[in-house]
Amino acid sequence: MTAPALELRQISKRYGMRGAGLFSKAGDGGFVAVDRVDLALPRNKVVALVGESGSGKTTTGLLALRLVAPSGGQVLLEGEDITALTPQQLKPHRRRMQVVFQDSYASLDPMMTLGEIVAEPLGIHGMGTAAERRDMARQWLEKVGLDGSYASRYPHELSGGQRQRVSIARALVLGASVLVADEPTSALDVSVKAQIVNLLQDLQAEIGLSMLFISHDLSVVRSLADEVVVMFRGRVVERAPTDLIFANARHPYTRSLLDAVPVVNPRARRRRTFLTAEEIAARTPTISAAECELPPLLDTAEPQLVALAGSHYVEAVVR
Amino acid sequence: MFRAPRLLPSREKVDRPKAETDEGALRSHRKPSMRLVEIEDLHVSFSQHDGLVQAVRGVSFGLEAGESLGIVGESGSGKSVTCSALMKLLREPPARISAKTLALAGHDVLGAGNRAISSLRGKVAAMVFQDPMTSLDPVFTIGHQIAETIRAHRGLSKAEALREAVELLRRVEIKNPEAVVDYYPHQLSGGMLQRAMIAMALSCRPGVLIADEPTTALDVTIQAQILQLIKDIQAETGMGLIMITHDLGVVAETVDRVVVMYGGRVMEVAPVVEIFEAPLHPYTRALLDSIPGQVAGKRRLTEIPGASPNPAHPPAGCPFHPRCPMAIAACRQVEPALLPAGDGRQVACIRVAA
Repeated sequence: MTAPALELRQISKRYGMRGAGLFSKAGDGGFVAVDRVDLALPRNKVVALVGESGSGKTTTGLLALRLVAPSGGQVLLEGEDITALTPQQLKPHRRRMQVVFQDSYASLDPMMTLGEIVAEPLGIHGMGTAAERRDMARQWLEKVGLDGSYASRYPHELSGGQRQRVSIARALVLGASVLVADEPTSALDVSVKAQIVNLLQDLQAEIGLSMLFISHDLSVVRSLADEVVVMFRGRVVERAPTDLIFANARHPYTRSLLDAVPVVNPRARRRRTFLTAEEIAARTPTISAAECELPPLLDTAEPQLVALAGSHYVEAVVR
Repeated sequence: MFRAPRLLPSREKVDRPKAETDEGALRSHRKPSMRLVEIEDLHVSFSQHDGLVQAVRGVSFGLEAGESLGIVGESGSGKSVTCSALMKLLREPPARISAKTLALAGHDVLGAGNRAISSLRGKVAAMVFQDPMTSLDPVFTIGHQIAETIRAHRGLSKAEALREAVELLRRVEIKNPEAVVDYYPHQLSGGMLQRAMIAMALSCRPGVLIADEPTTALDVTIQAQILQLIKDIQAETGMGLIMITHDLGVVAETVDRVVVMYGGRVMEVAPVVEIFEAPLHPYTRALLDSIPGQVAGKRRLTEIPGASPNPAHPPAGCPFHPRCPMAIAACRQVEPALLPAGDGRQVACIRVAA
């Protein structure tokens, strides 16, 4: 079995640890943004990471990219442990893992032409001659649906969708095999959102990309992802193949997320009931040992991620 | 699930029956129309260094008392500018506004002076914006800002206004409103701030609440709560609602009638069920087709090729023709008029109306 494209093992991130900063209070245990998360991104698949703001999904993405240092746990890129590497040691690995952010305006340098923007990573990694890099940038602009003439334009001349195409070209120009896409379509108009989702799907098929797609937009996730990982308060509370999440969510948090999605049918209007985060936390599902596909790891009444049939995992108490 | 509607605070004190409000304060310059909102052939442009940006190009629609209307469109469609013009919130210049009719509860907005427009804002129409953080002053407490609005419009004492602010916060389902009145904006989450904005908008019992993408910046669960709150308050008070959004799901959940805008023009007007079940305009159909996640399974989405028109250089003819699968030569020349299409519907498309 080949190693996953990207794997997180018991990864944690704690901010503001005791005595760490000028403003930390005495006895301050810090804030746990990500709490012992396990996540595997199989090669050539799209895994969606969903949850509300503050659930830790973006931090998990940054941990996976080694853009923030973990407080505990391991990051493995194609089977190789990159947790302890220094920035210098990481550099060659960075060619294989890249990122696209939500705000394409903030992530493109307004003073650079699109050609320069897409060619810049090649220069940083010392690839090719200047002429070759220019050619490569042009090819990638074409690949993401912008014709070569765009190479001499500037970011402000583009629409949001076009800028996001440039971000994608820049992320993939080095031949990355792992892409972390953090809400890449959230700021886009409806008609353009579909274009970018389709582009990501096409590129994924064409170059064999493995993608961690971070989003709060469950409708896009449904059309794009192979597997969905649901985060709540820094923990993974449910993980399952996409269709199973939509058809048979087990965790109350996943259900509340799905229930909140507006229904595109005015005849199906209904009153909703809402659970607070505390109510959700108090309703950790109970699952009988017989229903577990694999024996539970912990032999306690603590909530833990248990395996159900169909590669479906849910945080539950085993009874 | 049914929940008994809760009454707004101090109803007897503040709530004159709507008819009386209209008859009393507003009788003098009443126009024949009974509509709360009346927009006819509105044009808004902005002069910029490189020319004129035509944001709104001949928009017409109206709103009856108690009605809920959705204005759907993408960025640059002119939906927000239309409502900002209606509330006279655009600075002139750079904005240039013209219209055959632009009226709130029968009062002309175009020619209204500052004092006249201030009396319409808040009472006839109140607005809630996408980003509550920029609508609130960071150096004053939430309670102070709500009370200030109440005092400006209704002349209550400071203590009375603050008491009412607490009740309004309670109505928008903020827990522990007695404490929250003393909070500053930065101490509240995005959802709580939006609730506070709604409380402020409700403080003068407006005839219509104009909500401009009120949930776009919020998480789905908070969005659902805010939308439900707005619907509840609407059912309880009978106020009208204009919901400006790019999200057809929000429209399907909240309004009775829909105006679809594109490129500064109205493409289609129809009751909400018809918009979803029998859309007429090719743009409306394309929008519906491009909604992701409607069926199970990983799949390519139906996209609308191309991009929205540049408002500085709108295409001749129908603004949607460059992206329209049904476009013919005439679409590039004739700007289609918004014509009746039966059952209270209107559509601006020569390919459909024919």
